[in-house]
Order: sequence, then structure tokens, then C-alpha cells
Amino acid sequence: MLTAIVLLPTAVAALLLCVPRSAPRALFLMAWAATTAAELVLTVIVWAGYQPDGGMQYETRARWIPSAGISYHVGVDGLSLPLVAVTCVLFLACALYSWRATRRVREFAALFLFLQTTCLGLFVALDLILFFVFFDLSIVAMYFIIAGWGHKDAARSALKFFLYTFIGSLALLLGFIGLYLAADPHTFDIVELTRADPLAGRTTYGALVLLAVAVGLAVKTPTVPFHTWLPPAHTDAPAAGSAILAGVLLKMGTYGFLRIAMPVLPDAWRDYALVFVVVGVVSVLYGALVALAQNDFKRMVAYTSVNHMGYIVLAIGAAGAVGADQEEARRLAVTGSVFQMVSHGLLTGALFLLSGVLYERGRTYEMSAYSGVAGRAPVFAALTGVAAFASLGLPGFSGFIAEFQILTGSLGPEPVATGLAVLGILLTAGLFLRALQQIFLGPLRLPVAAPGTERPFPDIRAHEGLAIVPLLILGVVLGLAPRFVLDVIEPASHTVLELLAR
Amino acid sequence: MNEMTGMNENPLDLLPEVLLGASAVLGLLLGAWLPRGRQWLTGAMAGAACTGGVVAAAIAAAGPVETAFGDSFALDTLTATSRIVILGATLLVLALAMPRMYADPRETEFYVLLQLASAGALMMAGAQDLLLLAAGYLLASVPAYALAGFRKDGPGTEAAMKFYVVGALLGVVMLAGITALLAAGRVTSYPMLRTELAEAPAGLVAAGTLALLAGVLFKAGGVPGHFWVPDAVQGSSGPVAAFLTTIPKIGALAAFYRLAAVPLADADLPWAGLVAVLSVASMTLGNLAAFFQQDVKRLLAYSTISQVGYLLLPVAVAGRTALDQEALLYYLAAYALTNLGAFAVVCALPGAHAIDDYRGLARAHPALVASLVVCLLGLVGTPPTAVFLGKLEAFSAAIDGGYAWLAVVAAVNTVASLFYYLRWIAPAFLARGPGSDPGAMSRSAAAVAYGAATGSVVLGVLGGTVLDVLGGPLSR
Repeated sequence: MLTAIVLLPTAVAALLLCVPRSAPRALFLMAWAATTAAELVLTVIVWAGYQPDGGMQYETRARWIPSAGISYHVGVDGLSLPLVAVTCVLFLACALYSWRATRRVREFAALFLFLQTTCLGLFVALDLILFFVFFDLSIVAMYFIIAGWGHKDAARSALKFFLYTFIGSLALLLGFIGLYLAADPHTFDIVELTRADPLAGRTTYGALVLLAVAVGLAVKTPTVPFHTWLPPAHTDAPAAGSAILAGVLLKMGTYGFLRIAMPVLPDAWRDYALVFVVVGVVSVLYGALVALAQNDFKRMVAYTSVNHMGYIVLAIGAAGAVGADQEEARRLAVTGSVFQMVSHGLLTGALFLLSGVLYERGRTYEMSAYSGVAGRAPVFAALTGVAAFASLGLPGFSGFIAEFQILTGSLGPEPVATGLAVLGILLTAGLFLRALQQIFLGPLRLPVAAPGTERPFPDIRAHEGLAIVPLLILGVVLGLAPRFVLDVIEPASHTVLELLAR
Repeated sequence: MNEMTGMNENPLDLLPEVLLGASAVLGLLLGAWLPRGRQWLTGAMAGAACTGGVVAAAIAAAGPVETAFGDSFALDTLTATSRIVILGATLLVLALAMPRMYADPRETEFYVLLQLASAGALMMAGAQDLLLLAAGYLLASVPAYALAGFRKDGPGTEAAMKFYVVGALLGVVMLAGITALLAAGRVTSYPMLRTELAEAPAGLVAAGTLALLAGVLFKAGGVPGHFWVPDAVQGSSGPVAAFLTTIPKIGALAAFYRLAAVPLADADLPWAGLVAVLSVASMTLGNLAAFFQQDVKRLLAYSTISQVGYLLLPVAVAGRTALDQEALLYYLAAYALTNLGAFAVVCALPGAHAIDDYRGLARAHPALVASLVVCLLGLVGTPPTAVFLGKLEAFSAAIDGGYAWLAVVAAVNTVASLFYYLRWIAPAFLARGPGSDPGAMSRSAAAVAYGAATGSVVLGVLGGTVLDVLGGPLSR
């Protein structure tokens, strides 16, 4: 079942590439949207059959390269299932959003479908090499999306993205090899490695492996100081590419921490948990402060991603502070971090699609070029407002639940750091309000197309609305009734903490 | 080790080598009689000899570890795999060359030289005696000099000249090294050298080894024997460039590994440290020099120098880990296939010389550019291509052998290499506006490119089956 979900998009992509380019545009777009919809349906079926307390489910394991300890091993649990679902939702939204795409549609659709395979494959992978294969291929696919369909300085930004994340992936690979060689018998299987805890008691070795793995994942997340590839990549990527990059690809880093680093290297994680707490808090504050200084709307959203991912790193760092009586708080922190991944995926996806709407109409992201847009495009203004408020963590939206859990859970183990991180919420509130005020309120002013003529600024079109509104509705639903997701996450975060406490 | 020297002089043990040599000699005779339009028959015969050799090597691989002609030639997994890879790669080069050479006035000579050079590489891979290694070196080198200058034009002559001068110099140095090792060990046969060199004066062994390695590194195209590579590759025709950067390397690296694992295994040498330095030098210099190349063949030439650096990882830790031999052999096979694929793309577009000639080519030749992307990203080591698994094995071997820093340097170099491969891929795939028009595409070379690109992915995905057979015992 999972294998079908993972491979279906690539199979369709291969079929699309066999269709001549002269075929009608709608054919490619229909096939793309239909595939992503089918993926979502399949995921819903998987979710319906999932037992919240059942641990790893839908497992498949096949021999692949036995002499090198590599197998094809997939499965879902409470950590990965919500992320698989978010991935499917976001890819469907992107397919709908791109309904009016005209430039090389066949290749665009095929690349996105391939990218969907790599993202889903990564979240269900239970073998380090399988994880790495999808990790690397997601970089390749995203590189071509940014470089091929981006704007302005896209080739350069894409190269920077590729080189940075590729360095990260190789660090990750070295760490994986370190784990492989430490295990007896040698294996890359995550489940077996988790069970064996091969580096228990080997402090230096464990620290080096954790360093390699953590650098690799931190580049992808990204945390300060490895975040510098993110703003240019986001700014120059096409809107749908940005939505996936922020909504799904960034989660690969934090998911890797929860799936690999914490359960397989519990000793080293406990020893160095404070490093993650500090990095998390710095990311929260630095991301928010730099976002505050931006005049470019999309760049600002990109920096808020650094801020939001910082909360996750803070939470998983705090979870490593194994004390006597903080059990409940730490569980809250881990659950909150997974919930934040889901929530951030939906809301930032929506924000990036909205910034794409802005660019498509005004041909610039400069906030100072706009004013009073609410009068011309009230629905667009309302949606952006909702997305911004949800993103800054207003109660009633999913962001609130996530950040509340993270901060409450981290406060006990790490009171000072958490206190500082709360400032981040204030900053993001300020910057979003400022952006909304600049773009939507005041007298009407739009970027000029030709001297004397303003660009037309039509309101949200149907396909854009179809892509963005469901994301925001999900954000509200998760904010008001989060139980159905939390029920899935909580047993898994309990397991992670048990493994960590070994 | 065979005690009864003189009892095992069965030519059938050397069937792949004999087939290739016989086909070369017969081709030379036939070529004198055949009309120009029929000379391709000698090429077809070469192809048949290679195919027969692959089959013979595969059958021999199933047999026990043996030696032939006394202790001079080893029949083990290392030889068998090198034979299959060398002969398979020669087949691909023939496929690239034959349509191009059709009805050429010197068509037969080309195939003969190609086969002799391949036979030299086979000799080097299996040689278990220093003198046979030297003979293999000469057999692999002399025809290759002629191949490099085969077009008889200015760049070709310069390429052949430079290739010959460096080759002759380092060949003499290698012979001096063999003399020194003979003086130290009093024999040239590897299994006996192993015991003798362990007690020989360390200085003499070290000097002899260094001089010997000069020749081996020349054939492998690794630093410091790499000076000929860029000029010879840029100056010669596409198929010859593909040949020079692939087939001698396989023989030389197999010989390198055998030297490490047998005669020098117990010698008092800082072997791992020495090879690690050579490896770092090769990968780093190759990568740095490739950074801003405009000519695609020159870029690939430097890329092959850097690949030697990665291939030396398992050689450096030979004997320190159980992964060394399978890592080297798998990487060699993966490298040969992927590198030939990249050169096949170059051969398919004879009109495109510079990176700029590939601008926007994805629209006119989507499948060819896709093959190029697969091969170049494959050389970087992007999964699931074969070189990825090769690098994974090589890195694992290095870390397991206690050389984790070497794996880190190799990883950093891999990132650096990505930069120049992308400089080539990105404009081809992404450039907007009118693409360049490099002229007609050679369909046969394109077919080789598709095949090699597909093969490198298939070899990567099915790597498990291949890896299982590569760890077999070594003749000692």
C-alpha cells in the first residue's frame, strides 16, 4: 500500500513524459491534479486503517542489497503519518494552484510528481539508505524546479540551494555510515538500529556520528547558522515550488531528528540536548528579527520559516533534558513539535501560494510597492489576513495549538530558553501586522506596468481559491478540533521519549 | 599459491587475453586484404573477441582461485571482475568508434591498437609478477600513444607527444622501481615478495615502491602521473578519449590494489598514509582544475582525475577492512559505465565542444540531455545510480579501515565536483531563448549513451546481486 502511494506519482510522471509535448496543456494538468487527488484518497484510506496505539504499521520489508545491509523497508507510525497526509494535501494544492501554468507544463507536472514520490518516500522510509536516496533525490528535483521555473536570479539561487543541502546530505551519509559500522551485524535498518542502540556507552564515536547527522539535518531544516540558502531559494522559486520547499522539504530535517537522531543515538542526544535548545532559540529570535527587517514579502515569509522551525528544534532539544519529573512536559514538547510540522506545512504553504498571487499580479514582492490592496481584492486580503494570523499563533488556529504545546512542554525543562523564545511570537505578530497594514490598508497604490498605467489587480481566481482555502480551513479545523491528529501523534511521541530515556 | 611451477601452462586459463590478442593479429592480417568498405569486419571480430572474453571470464570466475604460468598470473575475483569490466568497456568504445571509423583508410589499425591496449590493461589487472606488470604497462601504453594521435592533426599530435613523453619517463621510473624491489626481495613473484619484502631494508622497499607506483599512477591517470590526461583527452577523438580515461584505469587500479594486498601487505611501509595522500591530491587537484573548464572533454578529463582519488580510498585501506575489494571492484564497474555514458554523449554531438554549445539542448535532444544528467549526477554519486553505491562502499571501507578523515575529504570533494557538473547540466536543461545548434547527432553514439545511463541506474538498483560476488578471495 505504502509502496503504491510512493511510486504512483513517478509512474504517472514517466507516462506524462511519453506523451508528446504538443498534447493539450489541460491533459497534463488534469493528470497531475488527478494523481495528487488519488494520492490524498489513498492516504485517507491508510489513515482510516491506522491503529493509533499500534506502533509501526503497513510495514513492508524486501531484500535490496543484503551484502551492504540495505533493505527496502517502509512503514508509517504516528510521526510519519501526519506528515504523509500534509504532503499529499500540499501537492494537491500546488497542482490546483498551477492550473493556469503555461511554461513547459509537461516537465513541470512530471517534476512535481517525481518530487512527491521523494517526499512521501522519505517519510515512510525505515532504512537509512532509502531515507538518503529520497533525501538526495528531493534536492535534485527541487533544484530543477527552482532553476527552471523560478524568476530573477533563479539559476544562482538554485545552485546555492543544491550545494548547501548537498553538503548537508553528505554529512548525513557519513553519519549513517558511522551508524552502519557501529552496529553488529552491520545494518542500515532504522528499526534494527533503534532496537540495538549501537553507540550506547561509546561517547566520542556517538558524538561524532551525532555531529554528522545533526549538521546534515540542520542544513535541511534549516537552523541558524545553516539557513543562508533558504531566503534566496524561496524568493526566486516559483510559488508552488516555495510552498513545497517550505511545507514539506524543511520537515525532512526535523523529521530526521525525531526518526533517526533521537531514537538511534539516545546517549549522545541527551548529552548534547542543550546545543539543540540553544540553536533552536537562536533560530527563533534570529529568524523573527531578520524577517522584521524585510521589505520583500516572500523573503519575510521565508525567514518566518526559520523562526517556526526553530520552535521545533527547541522542543526536541528540551525533550532531551531527561530529568526526574518532567515526563509529561517533555511528551507535550515532542507532540507539539510534530503538530508544528503539520501546522507550519499547511499555513506556510498557503502563505507562499498567496505571495505567488501577489507576484503574479504586481510582478514584485516589494511590500512598499503596494498599498490599499484590500479595496481592490477583498478576498485576497481576507485570505492573507487569515493565513498571517494563523501563522503567528492566534488561538483558534493550528499554529496556536502547536506553539502552545511546544512552549508549555519546554518551559519546565528549559525555562530560560523558553522565555526567550516567547519573544519570537511577539516579533512575528509585529511583522505580520506591519505587512498586512502596508499591503492592504491605506490609499490604493499598485506597481506600475507602463508609465501612467497601473497593473490590473484582479481578486483571487477560482483555481487559486481552490488551492489556498482548503489549506486555511484545515488550519482552522486543526486549531479547533486537534484531537484526531493528536491521538495519532501522542503514542508515537511517547515511544520516542521511551527510546530516548534508555 | 601454486608450488608446482611449470605444471600450469594452460593457455585456456588466459582465454580472454588470448582471444583479444589473436583477434588483433588476425585483424591486422585481414585488414591488409579486405577492401576499404569491408574493413569493419575486423571491428566486428574485435567485438566478438570481447564478447567471447566476457563469457570466458564469467565462466572462469565460477572456478576456484588459481594461478597460471607459474605464479605470474592470478585467476581470482579481482582478475575476473576486471576482465569483465575491461572487455565490456572495450565493447562500448567499439560501439562508439565503429560508425565513425567506417571506411576510414586506417580503420583496421584503429581496432588493432584498441585491442592491444585493452589486452595490456587485462595483463596489468591479472599480473602477479613485477615483470609481467611491466610488460602489461608497455602493452597498454604503446598502442595508446598511437591512438591518442590517430587523427594526425595538431592537437592530436601534441596529445600523443605529451602522452608519450610522460609515459616513457614514468615507465623508466617504474622499471627502476621494479629493479629496486628485485634487489630488496630477490624475486619478482608477488607471493614470494610478500615474505621477502617483510624483512628487506625498509628504505630500499620504500624507494622501489614509490618508483613503481609512478608507472601505475600514470596508467590510472592519478596525481602525480596525471599531466597527460587533459591534453590527451582534449586532443584525441571522442571514442579514444573515452577509452583512455576508462580502460587503462581499470587495469592500473586493479594492479594497484593487488600490490597493496599481496607483495606489500607485510612490508614496513606507511602504505595507507601514502595512498591516502595520493588520493586526496588526485581528487582535490582534479576537482579544482575542472572548476572553470569550458571544453567538455577537458572538463571530463579532470573529472576522471578526481574519480581516481575516490577509487584510491579502498586501495588505501586494503587489508584493514573486509570491504576493500568489493568497494573497489564495484566502484570500478560503476565508474566505467557512467564515465563511458558521459563520453558517449560527447561523441553523439561531434559539433559541440564547449559547455556553451549545450545551451538549451534539452528541447532538441531531450533523451540525450537526460542521459547526460543521469551520467554526470551519477559521477557525483547521486542515488540510485551505481556510483552512489560505489561511493557508499568506498566511504564505508575508509571509515571502517580507520581513515574517517579521508572519507570526510572525499565527501567535501564530492560537493565541489557537483559545482562543475552543474555548470554543464544547468544551461543544457534550463537555458531559455534559442538554444545552440551543434549540428547533427550521431544516433549510434546516442544509443550507447542511453544504454550506459540506463545501465548505471540498473546497476545501482540491482547492486545487491553484483556486490555479493565481488568479495571473493584474492590469490596470494
